[in-house]
Amino acid sequence: MAKATRESFGEALVRVGEDERIWALDGDLMKSTYTHLFREKHPDRFVECGIAEKNMIGVAAGLALAGKIPFAASFACFIANRVEVIRMSVGYTDANARLCGTHAGIGIGDDGASQMGLEDVAGMRALPNMAVLQPCDDRETQQAVEYLVDHRGPAYLRLTRQKLDDVNGDAYRFEFGKAVQLREGNDVCLIGTGATVHEALRAADELDAEGISARVLNVHTIKPIDADGIKAAAADCRRIVTVEDHNVAGGLGSAVAEVIAQSNGARVTILGVRDYGQSGSAEELYDAYGISGRHVAEAARRAVSGSP
Amino acid sequence: MSQLANDLDRDTLIKELTEEARQLRIEDIKMLVAAGSGHPGGTLSAAEMIAALYLSKLRLKPDEPGWPDRDRFILSKGHCVPIVYAALARIGTIPKEWLGTLRKFDSPLQGHPDRQRCPGIEANTGSLGQGLSIAVGLAVAARHDQAPWRVYCMMGDGETQSGQIWEAAMLAGRLGVSNLVGILDNNQVQQSLPVKEILDIDPVAQKYRDFNWHVREIDGHDVGQCVDALDEAETVTDRPTLILSHTIKGKGVSWMELSADWHGKAPSEEEGRVALDELEGKISAEESRKRFEALQKEGT
Repeated sequence: MAKATRESFGEALVRVGEDERIWALDGDLMKSTYTHLFREKHPDRFVECGIAEKNMIGVAAGLALAGKIPFAASFACFIANRVEVIRMSVGYTDANARLCGTHAGIGIGDDGASQMGLEDVAGMRALPNMAVLQPCDDRETQQAVEYLVDHRGPAYLRLTRQKLDDVNGDAYRFEFGKAVQLREGNDVCLIGTGATVHEALRAADELDAEGISARVLNVHTIKPIDADGIKAAAADCRRIVTVEDHNVAGGLGSAVAEVIAQSNGARVTILGVRDYGQSGSAEELYDAYGISGRHVAEAARRAVSGSP
Repeated sequence: MSQLANDLDRDTLIKELTEEARQLRIEDIKMLVAAGSGHPGGTLSAAEMIAALYLSKLRLKPDEPGWPDRDRFILSKGHCVPIVYAALARIGTIPKEWLGTLRKFDSPLQGHPDRQRCPGIEANTGSLGQGLSIAVGLAVAARHDQAPWRVYCMMGDGETQSGQIWEAAMLAGRLGVSNLVGILDNNQVQQSLPVKEILDIDPVAQKYRDFNWHVREIDGHDVGQCVDALDEAETVTDRPTLILSHTIKGKGVSWMELSADWHGKAPSEEEGRVALDELEGKISAEESRKRFEALQKEGT
């Protein structure tokens, strides 16, 4: 059943919240981030910080230094873009805090540019000890939250406003740092994360009908990235297309290109947002900004045919 | 060496803490001279309060810095950490020999607090305006756990201009975390100019009161007032306490006092000798100033 990963996160947080170490922090967006579910169940471990995200991040760091496992949630653009506070009070301090950015990317649609988290992965990825996770469906999100309870060190969890179809089956087990191969193929490898995993799958269907065999990788852990899985894709497929609902600079595509640049190489095409976004439906925007399945398929065709 | 005995009569305690503050200033100047850089003004202004905290008020096990029930001290004005290092060496949490390595490559004594490198440091600070938020988080956790430990956070008047301080102050007041004590080292001068000329924070006491804090104003160079204010904070049960500590930047070295020039510049060896002579009572403030001015003439 299609579900927004922010909702899956909220449900999982209530469940892991049975553990007394777990806290939730909100910046007046609890109904949007679904942390209101935690508040209803565990009110004594919920801190409402108001519209003051820098302080919320610092309070989370303080809770972590006292041995708690705080999940501080807001929109990706409002929490992760407080990079300097995260760098000092969470990253450099090595506070065991989890920062959860919902409403990732242009996929939020109508609200437009001011609410779109489009640079958050770049900022979080640059912090040496920060893990960066972006699950692609309900099951993966639930398991990622469960994983984060005992993860050691700061972590950033990126979540969607829009609903995402189920990709992973009953047997799925989330493995931190390990990309999931969703389709086999050796002509080209399509790499997505979060919402864009679904675009990569759509493209693979299109390409399959044309006789192009596309491998699809779901990179739910953007940092530390699965270098082995990406190098294997490069060796087997020689062409890689990455697609992300994030700026083309510093996100999934950059992370993949960094791995490839230090390997035997492959052609890498990076699809992502090059702008601040605007209002519209998620589908319209994905197509207009070049990250829908159609664009992924076209990039793959060009890569396979060797055209620039 | 450990903290001062807790059964001292008040007069003896005050006398000893006053002397401890003087010794901290002396160590501070020695460290900065050896380092060749650092922040004398804001370290010297905090000496009495740091002495009152580390030598008396804070519940610490000096040889067990990770003791779970220890009081937490967060230095939000992170650039003033040398005087804290001096206190940590004084109580034996770190070896005294470390003090000579301040700001050197691979030293545990980084230019700003680093909890991974230096025992006794609770949070990494130095990007101003962030410490109080961390202190609020600690206080919230301790209250929830009904833990015995308390949280102290020293801030500067310059960093009080930062919005995050007020975000944290508003939340702490709203939550009524009475196990939290903010200490504002109101030394009147920031990096470039007097605080009043950069962006006046007054009436800062009223601002904290409006945010539901208990506020106690003191002369921060009177150790007795520091001790009394810290004691009083423990009697407040429904809100956090702010100790508004009126101090003088560069206190104790006459030619550094209230001078923005000595915010972030270490004294040279010659200047350091003059400063130490004054702090050690070998020369008067007047003589100190004369010798300092003579050095400046020589230098030009």
